[in-house]
Amino acid sequence: MPAVTQGSPRTAPSVFDLIGNTPLIRLSSFESGLRNVELWAKAEWRNPGGSVKDRPAARMILDGERSGALTRDKILLDATSGNTGIAYAMIGAARGYRVRLCVPENVTPERKRILHAFGAEIVFTDPMEGSDGAIVRAKAMYAESPDLYFYPDQYSNPGNWKSHYDTTAPEIIEQTNGRLTHFVAGLGTSGTFVGVGRRLREFSSSIRLISVQPDSPLHGLEGLKHMATAIVPAIYDPTLADEDLGVATEEAFDLTRRLARAGVFVGISSGANLAGALQVARQVSDAVIVVVFCDGGEKYLSERFWDERGSSGADQ
Amino acid sequence: MPNTIHIPTPLRPFTDKKESVEVSGNTVGELLADLTTRHEGLKRHLYADDGKLRNFVNVYLNDEDIRYLQREKTPVKAGDSLSIVPSVAGGVR
Repeated sequence: MPAVTQGSPRTAPSVFDLIGNTPLIRLSSFESGLRNVELWAKAEWRNPGGSVKDRPAARMILDGERSGALTRDKILLDATSGNTGIAYAMIGAARGYRVRLCVPENVTPERKRILHAFGAEIVFTDPMEGSDGAIVRAKAMYAESPDLYFYPDQYSNPGNWKSHYDTTAPEIIEQTNGRLTHFVAGLGTSGTFVGVGRRLREFSSSIRLISVQPDSPLHGLEGLKHMATAIVPAIYDPTLADEDLGVATEEAFDLTRRLARAGVFVGISSGANLAGALQVARQVSDAVIVVVFCDGGEKYLSERFWDERGSSGADQ
Repeated sequence: MPNTIHIPTPLRPFTDKKESVEVSGNTVGELLADLTTRHEGLKRHLYADDGKLRNFVNVYLNDEDIRYLQREKTPVKAGDSLSIVPSVAGGVR
């Protein structure tokens, strides 16, 4: 272990300053059987709020402060199924803003407790309507009292994808010394995929961009959206991806368990993204694949799938 | 007497946009089977290839998760309703 970790500051004036500069971690144990393919995970759970969403939340809040749309008297309002809410709540707490979040009632208890710990107010929405129900509610609340709220609207705010264009993508280029050949990320708001994808495309037109979606409108892939049946985010650019892969929830569960057994404790969407990356990896040779691991496993500890047997049969 | 199954928004494209479907049967499994007979397109979203309910699909009999009852063998009475609830993550509520 090195005495000093490069790129990771040892002191910071606030949690805000710890956002970004996440490590890239080699997934060697998933490379066997591949033809000279390197698999690297962007470890977004290392952000202070525990997920990739710290980046867009920070950017949208900063943009709001700079434009004057976000002032001390405003309440930050948005719809979220979890991680963006946690990021808003953390940054709001650190910078002194009230935060009110529309969240489907069936989010995991861990998420509710984290939001509560940061002091955010939660407006629960109908679990039958999923994350789209939360979006509809937030829009209605804002329309009713536009002066009360700062409503960044993560699904439509260009700051969401720009945060990745300006930070995540340059980090990946530097960390791979520009060698990456494929980038794989899941679609939720689509901010990560669109922002990183656009920057990588500018850097090298030969880099393949692969998006990952649930294979069914009814799925267990927290944070990911089935675009064909969901409210499509305004920032989504369907022309960007070279390939768009559907992943079954069962496969994501299986890989999430296998990652934990390889010492990488991450959330279900990371398992889904790895499923997509492996689909790509098996078809190519001499490649450097970077896949986004959006958050850690802690928020999913109450999930049943940890106790189920995987298709590999090795874990129980 | 028929029972009602409440359909979550993401699955309504497969039920001609209906929010609920009237079905009949004596157990949770029979009601779900009736549902997928009436709306064939739902089948692959609810069941795995081996014919089992996919493990992240949450079905509630009235307000009880059927996993804590007798799962698909749970008997139903007249007037009972089922809800298929999307998992945001795993759908613990």
